[in-house]
Parts: sequence; C-alpha cells; structure tokens
Amino acid sequence: MELTTVWFVLIAVLWIGYLVLEGFDFGVGMLTAVLARDEKERRVLLNTIGPVWDGNEVWLIVAGGATFAAFPEWYATLFSGFYLPLFVILVALILRIVALEYRSKRPAMVWKRRCDVGILIGSVVPAVLWGVALANLVRGVPIDADKEFVGSVVDLLNPYALLGGLVTLSVFLVHGAVFVGLKTVGDIRERARVLALRVGVVAAVLATVFVVWTAGRDGDAVVWAAGAVAVACFAVGLAAASARREGWAFVGTALSIAAVVVMLFTALFPDVMVSSLDPAWSLTTTNAASTPYTLTIMTWVAAAFTPLVVGYQAWSYWVFRRRIGTHHIPDDVLAPTS
Amino acid sequence: MEALDIARWQFGITTVYHFFFVPVTIGLVFLVAMLQTAWHRTGNEKYLRLTRFYGKLFLINFALGIATGIVQEFQFGMNWSDYSRFVGDVFGAPLAIEGLLAFFLESTFLGLWIFGWDRLRPAVHLACIWLAAIGTVLSAYFILAANSFMQNPVGYRMNEESGRAELTDFWAVMTNKVVLVTFPHTIFACFMVGGAVVAGVGLWQMLRGARRDDEEEREAFRTAVRLGAVVLLVAGAGTMVSGDFQGKVMTEVQPMKMAAAEGLYEDEAPASFSLLTVGTLDGSEPLFEVKIPRLLSFLGTGTWDGEVRGIDSLQAEYEQRFGPGDYAPNIPVTYWTFRAMITAGGLAMVGGAWMLWATRRRRLPSLATWEGRWLLRTAVVLPFLPLAASSFGWIFTEMGRQPWVVFGLMETSAGVSPGVSAGEALTTLVGFTALYAALAVVEFRLLLTYIRKGLPDADPPELVDDPDAPLAFAY
Repeated sequence: MELTTVWFVLIAVLWIGYLVLEGFDFGVGMLTAVLARDEKERRVLLNTIGPVWDGNEVWLIVAGGATFAAFPEWYATLFSGFYLPLFVILVALILRIVALEYRSKRPAMVWKRRCDVGILIGSVVPAVLWGVALANLVRGVPIDADKEFVGSVVDLLNPYALLGGLVTLSVFLVHGAVFVGLKTVGDIRERARVLALRVGVVAAVLATVFVVWTAGRDGDAVVWAAGAVAVACFAVGLAAASARREGWAFVGTALSIAAVVVMLFTALFPDVMVSSLDPAWSLTTTNAASTPYTLTIMTWVAAAFTPLVVGYQAWSYWVFRRRIGTHHIPDDVLAPTS
Repeated sequence: MEALDIARWQFGITTVYHFFFVPVTIGLVFLVAMLQTAWHRTGNEKYLRLTRFYGKLFLINFALGIATGIVQEFQFGMNWSDYSRFVGDVFGAPLAIEGLLAFFLESTFLGLWIFGWDRLRPAVHLACIWLAAIGTVLSAYFILAANSFMQNPVGYRMNEESGRAELTDFWAVMTNKVVLVTFPHTIFACFMVGGAVVAGVGLWQMLRGARRDDEEEREAFRTAVRLGAVVLLVAGAGTMVSGDFQGKVMTEVQPMKMAAAEGLYEDEAPASFSLLTVGTLDGSEPLFEVKIPRLLSFLGTGTWDGEVRGIDSLQAEYEQRFGPGDYAPNIPVTYWTFRAMITAGGLAMVGGAWMLWATRRRRLPSLATWEGRWLLRTAVVLPFLPLAASSFGWIFTEMGRQPWVVFGLMETSAGVSPGVSAGEALTTLVGFTALYAALAVVEFRLLLTYIRKGLPDADPPELVDDPDAPLAFAY
C-alpha cells in the first residue's frame, strides 16, 4: 500500500477514535438536560465521563495534526474553507470544556445551571456540525483550480449535509444513552435504556436514509457494504439494549459509528475533498500529500507510539470501570451547610 | 483593517492569551508533583494538603489551557492556509507528534490523577502526575521545534515546482540550534512562573489568609513559600544563562532581531548595550540614552569587542538577497518588549530573594511594619512578573521575526488565507476576544475563591474495596 493511502486510512482511524469516544461524551452531555431528574443524577451522568472526556478529545487534536502533517493541502483547504462552522465548533468545545471543569467548583445552583447550558450547547453544536462537515467532504464543495474553497457558508448547509448532522446528533445521543446504561446503576440506568430505544428508532431511520443517499450517489460496492454494516450494527446494538445486554449494545453503537466513518472515507477515496466545480480540481491523497520522507517519519512514529497510547487509554477505562449511581456521589462539599 | 491585519491581531491575541496558561501549567504541575512526592516519602500531611491546594489551582488553570489550545492548532489552517500549504510538510510533523506523544499522556494521566485518589495505589497515583508533567515538557519541545523552524529554517529544501518547503532531515529540525537554546529558556521561565505562583500565594496566605493564626497552616505555607522562592531563583538563574546562549544564536541566525532589540542602526565594534532610550527609535539621535559599554558585544558574540551588525547595513544586505522591501521589524515594540522581559524577570528574582530572606528561621514580618506591608504587595504582584516576562519574550521573538513568517523564506503577508474575507476574520477575532475576556474573568475569580479558602483537610486517600462507597472525587 502506498504511504499516502496508509495515512488516509490512519486519518480515518483517528476520526473513528474521536467520534466513537467523544460521541458518547456528547451524548452524555445532552442527556444531562433530558434524562437527569435532579442534581445528583446530573452529577452521576457527568462523572461517567469525568476521568476520560479530556483524553477522548485529544483524538481530534491528533486527527487535525495528522492531517496537517500528512496532507497539508487538505488541512489548509478544509480549515480555511469551513471557516465559520469551525469557529462555531471551537467556541462550543471551549464552552463545554470550561463548563465541565468549573461546574463543581462553585456551590451556587445558578452557577451550575449556567454550566449546564454550556455543556448542552457544547455537546449539541459539535455533534451536529461534525456530521455536516464530514458529509460535505463527500458531497463536494466549490473548490477552484488553486485548491481554494470559493463557496460560502450557505454551500455547506445543503440537505444532504444537514441530514448528516441530524444523523450524528441522534446517533451520538443514542450512543451516550447506551454508555450511561453501561456505566450506571439504579433508576437512571433503566431510563437511559428506554430513551436509547426510543431515540434509537428515529436515529436508525435517519441513518438508513443517509447511508442509502451516500451509497446511491457513489454506487461503489464497498460503500454499500460499509453502510449496510453500519445500519446492521446499529440495529444489533438496539436489540442488545432491548435485551439488557448493555456491553453488546455499546459495541453495536460504537461499531456502527466506525462503519459510518469507513463508509464516508471509502466514498471519498482517492479524493480527500471533492470539488463540486470540476472533478479535476478535487484534492486527492496524492496531490494534497506531504513528501514520502515526511510520511515515512510519521509512519514510524505512529507505529511506535499508537499502541502505547491505546494501551494506557484503555487502562484508564479499566481503572474507572465501576458503575456509578447516586449513592456514590458525595454530598456537595461546597454546599453552604452552616 | 485588511484581512491580513485582522488575522495577525487574532493570532497575537489568541496566542498571548493561551500562553498565560501554558507556563502556569508547566511550572505548577512539577511543583505539585514535587509536593506529592514529599508527602509520599515523608508521610507528612502538610505536603498532602499543599498538594491538594495547589493542585486545585493548577486544574482551574489547566482547563483554560486545553480549551484555548485547540484554537492554536486549528487557526493555522483557518487564518493562515497559504502558510500551512507552504510549510505543512515540515511544520505539521512536530505538531502531530506533539498530539500523539504529549497531549494523550497529559490528558489521560491527569484524568487518572484527578479521579484516581481512591482507585490507584499511592505510588501509581504519584506516577500519574509525573507522567502528566513529562507530557507538558514533551509538548513544549515539539511545539518549540516547530516554532524554531520559523526562526531558523533547517532540514528542508525548496521544491521549485510546487513552491513548497519539503522536509529532508527530521533530525535537523528536532536539533535546530534555535530549539536547543529556546527550549531550556522557555522551560526555566515556566518554572519561574510556577515558583512565583506557589511562593506568592503562600506568602499571601501567611500574611492575610483567614487561618493565618493556625500554626499548622502557617507552617505549611512557609514550606510552600520557601520551595516556590527557591524554584523561582534557581529557574531564574537558568533562564538568564540559557537566555545568554539564546542571544548569541539569535545574533548569528537572525541578526536583524538583535539589532532591532537594541535599536542599533550602525554596525558597532565593540557594541554597547542600551539600557533605556528617551526619544525616538527611528535612527535619529535620541534625547537621552543610558548605555553600558561593550555589553552588547558580549551578549551577541561572546567577546567584549565583537562586532554587532546594525539595522541599516542588514537592510541593505537583505535588499540585495531578497529584493526591495522593508526588512526591519517594528523597532519600538522589539526594543521595549526585550527590556520589559528582562526587567520583569529580574524583579521576580529580587522579589523571590526577598521572600526567602524575610521568612528565614521561622520569621514572619508583621503587617504592622512597613516591611510586612511591602512584602504583602510583593506577594500579590510576584506571580504576574515572570508571567509578564514570558509574554514579553514571546512578543519580542515573534515580532522580531517580522516581516517574515518563516525567516528568509516566506513573508507573513504571503501566508494569510486568501479565501477568508475581512468580515469573516473580524467575526472570529471579535468572537474569540469576547469569549476569552469573559473566561478570564470567570477563571480569575475562581482562582481567587480557591486561594482564599486556604488549605483543604488532608483527608488521606484510601483504596476502597466497598463498591458502594462514595467517590473520593466527583464532579
């Protein structure tokens, strides 16, 4: 396999890592607004992702850095072209980080409510916009002969991309609810399961339409296959959730997110960004890539360190494997008692 | 304003802001790790209470560090896409490696450290904070290697066909002579900031804290003051020595920056160091100037009579090499930020030395005396001095590189995103600035709240077997 192809695959892997992991963080963030009935339950939800969400977000940083290093033209066109949506994503992610970290630092309920708003915005907005952005990569955007994005933000808000945004939003919500079912005990665990199933039906319909639309545009057998796997895994995940097999439910939703990314990247290949003006102006794995020397260095570094990273990140999940419920949440030490 | 100016202001604002949190993070994480190690070794609960106290301040600061850090990586592509196309082959690799090697390490092990007090054996828990600390310096090395390429491009060749810089020697980029001197200078400066925060906050607690009459608490903070002050002074010495090496490398690879730092227009041998200038810095005779003979020769070349080149002759040389243009950076900015950096750093060391002296042999000046009152003011100002010095140093080194974004290869004006309109750039400039200002207020008030609280109870952590026991730490 050519090194450019290797790095195209690796960047897909980084996006899979990011969306599978941060996907349930976003879902849990949304659930704090709809599933939790009181302050203790909100804290149960936030503590299911507490030790891990920051590490999950690094997958995005590394995906961005790897794109910069391996495909500078892709990084440059994508980030300057999707300028305003990325700005909105950044603002939302900043709000989410600060709200998550600072929520417990003051006792006042007004403060916690404001942080909850930050967590909600910071979970919903990126969940939608990442779907919009990925769908636009495949659909094509106006790119000229100099690899410059020449469209406007309106070009990015087309029906196909907006459907992509709804798919990521609903799938992440289900993925988050399945994760909560896996990580909690008590009443909230059961309610998470019910919510996962209800939203899951809507998400399954949206995802199926999106898969058919994507594969129909492209027609490639592998794209069809990946899309079918995505839908099947999602259905298996929902069935497992229905049967209270929470571990398998999580494997199902995680695999289905991974399969959607595989589908989108397969539909892209060998392009990395499609020009809607002229196919000859599309950015490809070859015309957007770094030199073989740079790719070789990067390959060695990635081969040496990725297993290590995956190893210790997996260990951190193992350390915090225990389910939590309201009885685990200490009374707010900051609460004004006397 | 044009899109270029807006993009430059945006990069300046977001980067200077981000770099308030970076030195506090790097400095504090090591001091917290040292305090926890002291508790681990001695079992003295005072160290555990200090670990928890400064650990909390560290985490409040770290949250904004990571929040603003994402913008750093994204804005190269967003506002500087032509720059990204030009250097991506060289510049992207250290950035990607920084994420893979450093950011995962920091975030994963900090998560384990924050939530793991009752889940990990004490030695393993201690290892987590040290691994996070190692992550911060690894991160610093890779990002400084990337920045050093912009100051002194090495290990590349120009591809005439594509017009891009291409990596030919990764090892040369990682061992750029500029990064070899910039890394210790930056890290020592970060330790100065960490030491100053620990010492300044500790001394304030001793003098004005709510529980300053509590013998145990005051003695714990005395330990913090003395540890912080020693770290500040040792790191200060390191910053000076590494800065001296850095000056010589700068004179060699970016002589224009050195000339601009001095407002030196004519070549001079031996060259004198300008302490301060009243009047203009445009090459005409200043109204009033204080100079130290021969010092600039020593700083720049290592000999007391070496020649230091002036702006005029460098301008003439660069016009021959690169064509017509203005190759001098903004002289007042470079001249004064260079001096402000040295002054703020020097004052921090004086403040740290005074704190050590004032708290010697269990002494503590009373607030009823002038010494006590001035010491209190010093404690409040101290953390800001090395922080300001770090900021001035970065503004100097980045402004001093202008008009280049990559020295000798690409001018800043050529790097901006051609497809981003002035209106779009202004939207994000205003948006980030407003958001950052609001977050600064939130963060600062939170820090003050936790500084005022004083030491938390030791509450020695225990490994729990009971699956229904409450969490030791929870959001």
